[in-house]
Amino acid sequence: MTNFIYRLQNVSKTYRARRVLTVDHLKIKRGEIFGLVGPSGAGKSTLLRLLNFLEPPTTGRIRFLNIEFHANQQVPLSLRRRVTTVFQRPILLNRTVQANVSYGLNLRSEEAVGRKVEEALERVGLIDLARQRARTLSGGEAQRVSLARAIVLRPDVLLLDEPTANLDPYNIGLIEEIVQDLNRDQGTTLVLVTHNVFQAKRMAHRVALMLEGNLVEVANVDRFFEGPRDPRTAAFVRGDMVY
Amino acid sequence: MLSLRVSGTALLFSTVIGIPLGAAMGLNRFTGRRLVIALLYTGMGFPPVVVGLFVYLMLSRNGPLGQMTAAVIPDLFTPGAMVVAQTIISFPLVAGFTMAAVMGVDPNLRRQVQALGATRWQTTLAILVEARIGVIVSIIAGFGSIISEVGAVMMVGGNIEGSTRMLTTAIVLETRKGNFDLAMAIGVILLAISFAANLAMQRLQGRTIDE
Repeated sequence: MTNFIYRLQNVSKTYRARRVLTVDHLKIKRGEIFGLVGPSGAGKSTLLRLLNFLEPPTTGRIRFLNIEFHANQQVPLSLRRRVTTVFQRPILLNRTVQANVSYGLNLRSEEAVGRKVEEALERVGLIDLARQRARTLSGGEAQRVSLARAIVLRPDVLLLDEPTANLDPYNIGLIEEIVQDLNRDQGTTLVLVTHNVFQAKRMAHRVALMLEGNLVEVANVDRFFEGPRDPRTAAFVRGDMVY
Repeated sequence: MLSLRVSGTALLFSTVIGIPLGAAMGLNRFTGRRLVIALLYTGMGFPPVVVGLFVYLMLSRNGPLGQMTAAVIPDLFTPGAMVVAQTIISFPLVAGFTMAAVMGVDPNLRRQVQALGATRWQTTLAILVEARIGVIVSIIAGFGSIISEVGAVMMVGGNIEGSTRMLTTAIVLETRKGNFDLAMAIGVILLAISFAANLAMQRLQGRTIDE
């Protein structure tokens, strides 16, 4: 079994003749926390959408779990369901917390849904709100429901698109702890997109910098922060890069 | 109870055609979409009597469908012809309001449910459930447009006693005969049926309407 869960080769994404993403090579290791940092509009969220197979790349190949997909090739549902995303803004269904968390399980016609939902809600500390309407939750609670809805699926890969961007320090700490536990206990591969370089430093094993749709540098977290090779990475880490 | 049978059947057809059409219009972008929407909006304001005339001409013996003998094509002056006319009147309303309701759902919800592993069909269903208040309103509007409708059913049904006489056409007839008490009584029954049907549909909207 290969050590890499994703291998991207010559991948690009173009919208209306405008190329927004170019990734010549990228490998994401099975079980790692991969941090993706960069300014707004750098192409980080576009890359996540490709990794979740929500959109096909315009060119190139994505190898996922040893199966290779070319641009515009349909990815089987069973494979697509092994990845999920928690977005920056939690978009919950207008139902109860419980119904939101069970949604993905029901799509998969899984068994023991009630027990799995309970476990996930315990994990995010919201078991007491199980029967509450999702609309009545605070921003932090809603994001934790969003996280519970993702982790209950036990995905091979969890993509996190700025999951703590709008949260208070308490909820940031809680969410960071939950996903780190998930990575450690279940070996879930995490791809974390963040504006916050300190969060990337705290959590990631490897970090990549994206600028204007290109990967500038991919490195082990220590080297990324202590001895980056690219001057743009150094500037970004120092906070000198204005964006 | 012919009124309920005819309008209920027409509403069923309108819902089966209108909800998928409205969802498709609300969720997809394609060439000619604006034209289709304009046609749909025009359909929402169709004068029933014009629809009646159209169905009359189509189903009359010399009309293009009147010469056919297929089982799905009803004869003029039958309940089947009235169902066709009422379906044409109400399905644009169901489709138009459904489209508006679907377009009102947060567009990011679609991406979110797909990220949770929903197929295209499951995504559409999730969006329709989110838009349920608007979707039920579309059915209520469709029902309202046909339960009280008289022009089209009069033209294609002919108001034949025991066969195609509906509550609305009976009111017209009794009023012309000067039987105002009977006409009023039928009117009250029609209102009661309409009220009960709308209450039932409101229940389908669930708790959401109280929030």
